[in-house]
Amino acid sequence: MTTQITSARPAAGPRKGARRRPPASNATRVGRPSFAWALPAAVFFALFAIAPLVMVAVLSFMTWDGISSPEFVGMDNWSRLMDDPVMLDSIWLTLLLTVLGVVIQTPLSVVLGVWAAGNQRNRAVLSVIYFIPLLLSATAVSVLWRALLDPNFGIPAEATWLFGDGNLFGKQATAIGVLAFVATWQFTPFHTLIYQGAARAVPEVLYQAAEIDGAGRYRQFFHITLPQLRNSMITSMILMVVGGLTTFETVLILTQGGPGTDTTISAYYMYDKAFQSFDFGIGAAIALALVVAATIISLIVVRVSGYDKMRSTMEGVS
Amino acid sequence: MRRRPNYLAGAGSLVWLFVVGLPLYVMLAATLRTRQDYAENGPVSIPDSFTLDNYTGAFDSGFGQYFLNTLVVTACVIGIVLLLVPPLAYAIVRSRGRTTSAIFRLFLLGLAIPAQAVIVPMFYLISEAGLYDNLLGVILPTAAFCLPMSALILSGAMRDISPELYEAMAMDGASPMRMFFQLVMPLSRGGLSTIVVFSALQAWNGFLFPLVLTQSDSTKVVTLGLYNFQTEHGIDIPGLLGAVVLSMVPILLVYLFARRALVRGLMGVGGK
Repeated sequence: MTTQITSARPAAGPRKGARRRPPASNATRVGRPSFAWALPAAVFFALFAIAPLVMVAVLSFMTWDGISSPEFVGMDNWSRLMDDPVMLDSIWLTLLLTVLGVVIQTPLSVVLGVWAAGNQRNRAVLSVIYFIPLLLSATAVSVLWRALLDPNFGIPAEATWLFGDGNLFGKQATAIGVLAFVATWQFTPFHTLIYQGAARAVPEVLYQAAEIDGAGRYRQFFHITLPQLRNSMITSMILMVVGGLTTFETVLILTQGGPGTDTTISAYYMYDKAFQSFDFGIGAAIALALVVAATIISLIVVRVSGYDKMRSTMEGVS
Repeated sequence: MRRRPNYLAGAGSLVWLFVVGLPLYVMLAATLRTRQDYAENGPVSIPDSFTLDNYTGAFDSGFGQYFLNTLVVTACVIGIVLLLVPPLAYAIVRSRGRTTSAIFRLFLLGLAIPAQAVIVPMFYLISEAGLYDNLLGVILPTAAFCLPMSALILSGAMRDISPELYEAMAMDGASPMRMFFQLVMPLSRGGLSTIVVFSALQAWNGFLFPLVLTQSDSTKVVTLGLYNFQTEHGIDIPGLLGAVVLSMVPILLVYLFARRALVRGLMGVGGK
């Protein structure tokens, strides 16, 4: 499960201690592949992922309309971005949607995941239904909700007592609400899976001990289950943050950044600038800012939570 | 485990069932009823007509071609990943060289790169290479962005192979090549199926690369077809939802027949 993603990191790669070992005997040295085995993948990846990443930094100091050749303009793009109110708003909107995502989805998926970790049969059946949104692509999810929330033919038009005039895309507050809700619908099942797996891995002895001490269900949840889910929670939150910062399809399909520029988040603004206004230099600058922001925030989460020190949740168990 | 039923969590799970189930019901019901029925009786009502026109209509508006294109992209991406990742993961797990660990760190760094970040230069690169509006121009970057997670998944699986097996083969004088084909590959089938499903999902659901790197109908993939359908015939909601349902059928089939591999593949997708 996802623990692969994180737990593989420290242990991965040729082990650090390897060089300090005594010279290997013939038997262990024989039959080790050379780096040449890794080379084709590395070259391919460098060409189609690392090179563009370097180029995005270079392009952010250039102007390019997609037709003529790019030209250097120094800090021009960056100073234009600093003065662009839409850009500043887009940063706040991106942060708002990211925070909303974490705040709504985390408690929801913890509760659902812990509940689904039980082994009763009805839970297995319900889990299958919970799982279905995961089978839809982000594009399909957005197209589906755009249709379901259609101002004239959708659900809001049926339930005007709840949704007012039924046009949820017409006002900033409701449009942001729609984006947060669709993200929740789309991603909660995934995070539920993470917590379900983690909750199943909590050692049973902890609950037995708590029961002997007379701790009730809710005390068990807050004092055993939650602390034991700590590592999964950090993994899940990092994924939510990175996912939130790079949200794109949902905005393109559901709101086109509107009404006006009221839901123009940074990733969408980047697309809009580069591929609608053909101002690729500005687009590159926004893209670079996004990568830097995503990396910094992930690092902060890891640092603040002490995840890098890899404190084991198994402490005191064995 | 004997525990009292947890009413609070149970009630919460029912609410969530409604939140997930209602849209899915509306979607399925809409695709099986006429457009007029949908418009007059509303999305949540029980259909009083039955038709398959919404599904056939999707094919009439070009989805057959889009499915074919997506299939080509998916197959090629899987091919590239299967060609490049097993040797890479093998080197990561077994090689003791500094170059290999540098390469591994490069891929770990790559895990953090979102596609949005490189889309502008990717457009430049692909155009310069003459691959704009060509399926190959979608395949190459999509495959490249599958590599870091696939390498992590597969090297995790390969690390479970016990060192004694390698030593036994080394005693027999086996070359790295022979160990790879006779020991490592057969014993990493689980990991291999996970990276196949993971890459297939990435390719099948990919949107940003096709959106920016293709434009004509002959290179359109399914996700892009959905987006275009929505912008052009947004009012034909049953038809649109028919196309949405069709787009999830292949993944549903994988789900039914290879559930474990799909779940593991999906967990990889979330890592993007």
